[in-house]
Amino acid sequence: MKLSEFPRQGRFGPFGGRFVPEILMPALEELEAAYRDLKGEPGFKAQLAGLLRDYAGRPSPLYFAANLTQYAGGARIYLKREDLIHGGAHKLNNALGQALLAKRMGKTRLIAETGAGQHGTATAIAGAVLGLQTEIYMGALDAKRQQMNVFRMELLGAKVHLVENGGKTLKDAINEALRDWATNVRNTHYLVGSVVGPHPYPMIVRDFQSVIGKEIREQILTREGRLPDLLVACVGGGSNAIGTFYPFADEAEVGFLGVEGGGDGGRHSAPLSHGQVGVLHGMRTYLLQDEWGQIAKTNSIAAGLDYPGVGPEHALYLALGRAEYTTVTDEEALFAFRLLSRLEGIIPALESAHAVYAALERAGNMSPEEMVIATLSGRGDKDLETAISAVGETDGLGSDRG
Amino acid sequence: MGWDRIGDRFSRLKARGEGALLLYLMAGDPDLERSLAYLRAAVAGGADILELGIPFSDPMADGPTIQKAALRALTTGATPKTALDLARSLREESEIPLVIMSYYNPILQWGEEAFTEEAAACGVDGLIVPDLPPEEARGLMQAAEKTGLALIFLVTPESGKERVKVLTECTRGFLYLVARYGTTGAKGALAEGTLPLIRRMLALVPPTLPLVVGFGLSRPEHVREVISAGAAGAVVGSRAVEQVAAGVAPEEFAAFVHGLKEATRI
Repeated sequence: MKLSEFPRQGRFGPFGGRFVPEILMPALEELEAAYRDLKGEPGFKAQLAGLLRDYAGRPSPLYFAANLTQYAGGARIYLKREDLIHGGAHKLNNALGQALLAKRMGKTRLIAETGAGQHGTATAIAGAVLGLQTEIYMGALDAKRQQMNVFRMELLGAKVHLVENGGKTLKDAINEALRDWATNVRNTHYLVGSVVGPHPYPMIVRDFQSVIGKEIREQILTREGRLPDLLVACVGGGSNAIGTFYPFADEAEVGFLGVEGGGDGGRHSAPLSHGQVGVLHGMRTYLLQDEWGQIAKTNSIAAGLDYPGVGPEHALYLALGRAEYTTVTDEEALFAFRLLSRLEGIIPALESAHAVYAALERAGNMSPEEMVIATLSGRGDKDLETAISAVGETDGLGSDRG
Repeated sequence: MGWDRIGDRFSRLKARGEGALLLYLMAGDPDLERSLAYLRAAVAGGADILELGIPFSDPMADGPTIQKAALRALTTGATPKTALDLARSLREESEIPLVIMSYYNPILQWGEEAFTEEAAACGVDGLIVPDLPPEEARGLMQAAEKTGLALIFLVTPESGKERVKVLTECTRGFLYLVARYGTTGAKGALAEGTLPLIRRMLALVPPTLPLVVGFGLSRPEHVREVISAGAAGAVVGSRAVEQVAAGVAPEEFAAFVHGLKEATRI
């Protein structure tokens, strides 16, 4: 069967599934049924397409990064500009889709987890525009390093719950959101922000994010008359990466490179590169864990990558060799963060900077006839404080690439 | 041993006109030695069945009390292995039915077959895995069946007739009714609708299958209410774990358990 036909019966080969408390099983079945009914319905599609165009700002540009290309000295590098989407990241593609779905299902309340705060912001935006009560769970550590996003969410009318359990990051926020959902499942939709969690979430989020790859296809065919050689995207849970890759899943000539958070070189957040198969947050996938199955603490300068698991579709791509996965360290990501700002006038999110670094490296070893497209999943305004404290002082941000 | 021991216990209680008191404690909380002392005290206090939790880093079905207990246990070095060793120590001195409660990932990492074999060898009789619905449980059901362990499934207020049928067919030993929406945790009162919920479930469950009610029960009157409504057993978890967290003396803990047990005699 074709790769694009997964999931089958809720599974991506041996990955995925539905490992949740019994209390959530009916809600997942209801969600799957509602989604299958609605996704092809012309009224729903038109409403979502309208919001994506007029409200979110789609299609996002595919930008030929001439200066970056020259710097790399190899393949032509294009950037898919999800950083220009309303809210500052690709997250709104999914948040609008699911919020619309929730509304059609008669739910009055949205909950969501957030790592970097981008998904929480997107959910708060969707909740505001569609008139749904919104509550966001965010790890206390993440909230500290993404203070501006906390303010943004609150300004947009969402209630933000700081999670003090565990490592106080994304994984712990997901646990708390799942607990809320089990309590309020009757009136609440859990708006999962990445291609993770129990079926049908990895499928639904992938479908809503696939707008990225579909646009890339049209834009690159118009511009270059052929498909790209390599697509590059960062992978935390993996939604911008799957959204980029999935529309090309059955075309083997298009290479995929997913980039995980390499952290400080020792501690990291790279389950596809260094993990083992296990079960967390409703799915069977690659995890960072110890020999007893206790989930490990992760480390990345990018809050959006700081997660011990990964979407089950990526696990399948890895197992089949369809995609390659690599890591980029905090330091390398910071280098790309500064470089892209200086060379192209674009400040990328630290998450996206991981993809830029890997794209730069690969492009350098490819020929000028070849093409690399990196998805710039978000903009970096939220990361200035983190970047400044990582480098030491403002001057250091630009000093070595003047 | 295994699910026979669970079945025998329910039969004997039924013959005496009593409900079962199931008591939950976290294995290794606050450390292995004191954990064993509290388990012994629970037996002495008259608990009919013990549920022994394996601590997990990400207990998504549990409220704050049991989350903290897991953290205390993990901090003092508890593992699935030490939890089963604890079960073995208790088994050497008591015939009380023992049920392990574990999230799925620790079992998966140990290996489903190896884990169930070791559990059975340690004198464990049953297994509850709160994040493993029947759809994902085929392998563990087979492994449990082979070793005589009862794999126990949960029904909830959200379970319709068809779903209850599936869960009833899959479960062994007893059926665990989750009495409230949300997570584990001691509450001042039973969730609204608990008693009608018990009656609805009793109408759907074969009379030979004991129905046990848990989530939110903390006081003797809660135990009395659910047993009076026809449940075969009542689970008290978070309230018991709170006693451990407060560091009460084992004798005091036994008295607390005794008070709950008294309420099963109606």
